[in-house]
Amino acid sequence: MNSIIEINDLDLFYGDFHALKHVNMEIPEKAITAFIGPSGCGKSTLLRTFNRMNDMIAGTRIEGKVEIAGTDIYSNEVDVETLRKRVGMVFQQPNPFPKSIYDNVAYGPRLHGISDRKKLDEIVETSLRSAALWNEVKDHLKRSAYSISGGQQQRLCIARALAVEPDILLMDEATSALDPISTLKIEELAQELKDRYTIVMVTHNMHQAARVSQQTVFFLNGEVVEYSETEQLFSNPTDQRTEDYISGRFG
Amino acid sequence: MKAKTADKIATAVIIAVSGLIVLVLAGLLGYILIRGVGHISFDFLTSPPETIRIGGGIGPQLFNSIFLLVLTMIITIPIGLGAGIYMSEYAPANRITNFIRLIVEVLSSVPSIIVGLFGLLVLVNMFNFGFSLFSGALALTVFNLPLMVRITEQGLKGVPREQKEASLALGLTKWKTITSVMLPISMPVVLTGTILAAGRVFGEAAALLFTAGMSSPRLDFTNWNPLSPFSPLNPFRPAETLAVHIWKINSEGLAPDASQIAAGASAVLVITVLLFNFGARWLGRYMYRKFTAIK
Repeated sequence: MNSIIEINDLDLFYGDFHALKHVNMEIPEKAITAFIGPSGCGKSTLLRTFNRMNDMIAGTRIEGKVEIAGTDIYSNEVDVETLRKRVGMVFQQPNPFPKSIYDNVAYGPRLHGISDRKKLDEIVETSLRSAALWNEVKDHLKRSAYSISGGQQQRLCIARALAVEPDILLMDEATSALDPISTLKIEELAQELKDRYTIVMVTHNMHQAARVSQQTVFFLNGEVVEYSETEQLFSNPTDQRTEDYISGRFG
Repeated sequence: MKAKTADKIATAVIIAVSGLIVLVLAGLLGYILIRGVGHISFDFLTSPPETIRIGGGIGPQLFNSIFLLVLTMIITIPIGLGAGIYMSEYAPANRITNFIRLIVEVLSSVPSIIVGLFGLLVLVNMFNFGFSLFSGALALTVFNLPLMVRITEQGLKGVPREQKEASLALGLTKWKTITSVMLPISMPVVLTGTILAAGRVFGEAAALLFTAGMSSPRLDFTNWNPLSPFSPLNPFRPAETLAVHIWKINSEGLAPDASQIAAGASAVLVITVLLFNFGARWLGRYMYRKFTAIK
């Protein structure tokens, strides 16, 4: 498998706090990679370096290299907005805009300069279809995004992210606020999407990682403890700490 | 048992105090309205005032108040929004920013007569704008700006972080995120605040005595050339507003029906300010529903 994200000796500091320590990793293209580990282990922090959302937090300092498709995303030539178009993100809480379902999906393309009505209709439909939501909402696209259920809202957020045609989709505990049925739907959706997108998901739920991902990374205190194929990591971990964590001895 | 008695006494006192406040307010409003409403007629609202004869109206003053309000808001809204956006989204969290915030607070509590005298010295005399609507509007801007800045800042700060991040994560610039996600979300708050600020402009008198002036030229409501000195639209003419008119007529009115006119004008003023307040609440709720609710 080709790798699309390459991380070399990455260190990240929030002020004095050393949040990520010497991270080295390659993330394969068109597959699902899961980040697991206890709260505060740095998994979300690493995820947020991929689309540079950490830039918003004052006092963040980065050393080392993060390359996406061969480009160092922290170099000066990189335009953050272009990067974020290529690296979409879905958040922990469903966060649709207080607009209609249609406008939520059309928001990104519209502000990136597409104004042709037909083209927008097309993007909205394809994105909603890709997010497995089209059939449920196609008859009331003009309704408020808050009128649908939490699980549907989260799929709407996925559609919104897909509408700007990213290559990579980051999911930051995207199912932790959802009920089991909605969670399952999102997991199935992720399985479908992995043929076209590279997905990196942070999850609290080890079973979820085992169910959906091909690669799993185990974090502890800002360090990558173990990184391998999901089956291998769960059935035959090489590090004692990984084994303790997945067998529920802590975390 | 003792705690229960104390609780009962406290409850009774609180109810009595709130009741008293409501009574005073209702009495005040009722007094103004009962005395004045009878005098309000179409003729009263549209005809010019008389100096010594009976039957004068408040037409030009009413027009002046509204026009001054519009002028003030034209100046206040862009500056206030801009400063509010800066304070909320761009200003670094440091001592200078906090100092600016403090200055803004202080500015909003400067007594209005001081603002009026400042306007007289600086706007009317130094910059030579004369007693004019423009001077008045600038003086009122001094008042309204702090309110506007604070409201905008609070409105934007109230936007959930998730919404902001969602937009940024789609690759939208900060500015586009502010204009297309954050401002619409904070719109109900900002709009309500703006209308309340506008209501304050309507009732203000002290700051206008020395800036917009206490007289109004004979306005010709058929002349809409803003450059003509008799046109109602000329922003560089002196303009007595309704609130100033009430003050003047009460202190030095010569017309035999001066007290009725004052009562009628006061009623008009109170009704307008009430309309502004209710309008603001209604519009705020309407906008909030429009942006969030299930249709």
